[in-house]
Amino acid sequence: MNFADLAIGQLIGSRSLEISRLDLVKYAGASGDFNLIHWNERFAREVELPGVIAHGMFTMGAAVQLVTDWIGDPSAIISYGTRFTKPVPVADVDGAPGAVLEVVATIGALDADASTARIDLGVTLDGQKVLVKAQVQVRVR
Amino acid sequence: MTINAGLQGRSYPPAQSYSVGRESIREFATALKATHRAHFDVAAARELGHGDLVAPPTYAIIVAQRADAQLIGDPDSGIDFSRVVHAEQKFTHHRPIVAGDELVAELHVDTVRAMGGGAMITTRTEISTVTGDPVATTVSAILVRGEGQ
Repeated sequence: MNFADLAIGQLIGSRSLEISRLDLVKYAGASGDFNLIHWNERFAREVELPGVIAHGMFTMGAAVQLVTDWIGDPSAIISYGTRFTKPVPVADVDGAPGAVLEVVATIGALDADASTARIDLGVTLDGQKVLVKAQVQVRVR
Repeated sequence: MTINAGLQGRSYPPAQSYSVGRESIREFATALKATHRAHFDVAAARELGHGDLVAPPTYAIIVAQRADAQLIGDPDSGIDFSRVVHAEQKFTHHRPIVAGDELVAELHVDTVRAMGGGAMITTRTEISTVTGDPVATTVSAILVRGEGQ
């Protein structure tokens, strides 16, 4: 990848991200985050949530893969931050995803001296943002 | 229960170290639907100049949340885990996490701000190797919802 070919506003990728209850169970196991709100419907409703919701860290972690694949080396990601603004309820259904997120990655800023790019991730559920200011700093070689 | 305002400025020293294994990296990457070969194939990771499998960019959360558990589980903190909502998260990588790393985390409670009947708490975890090399800094903001929030 040539830094000079990059431009602010450039689209680097987009994808649909399907989430099922099984995905949340897998993420709970892999991450060690067993908070009941991510797998127990009864408990989630008791604490006034719309139902079982995805781990914010699942959404954050899955969304950044577009950037990893684009830059070609996971270690090129220097920093990554976001705010979580809306929960992502994941319905308990058979034969269809429990939620579908749309992820779009664009170049938000370029620093030629440091040879870094800021990639902005747009992550939406039914047109509403679930991550805000999701920004990834990458080193471009 | 109210949040202990005296938490601000408190630190929790490194507890037990975390051993980063290849299968843990593969399992974490699989759970995030990540497909980059450097998470799965040692030869592919070495082609990119890494010593072993490279963890996904948010892998440090495993170590950070273990550190956070010390605060949330501290009976003196006043935090009800069932009312905790993750509000913000940031990772700054000083070097990639690779399989074989032995990591420790030092937790700092940077700010505690009352919000309604609850509080917004910002914690910072300094993750390093057991030999003291900096690996990652993670910053989390959690909202502890008050009653009816």
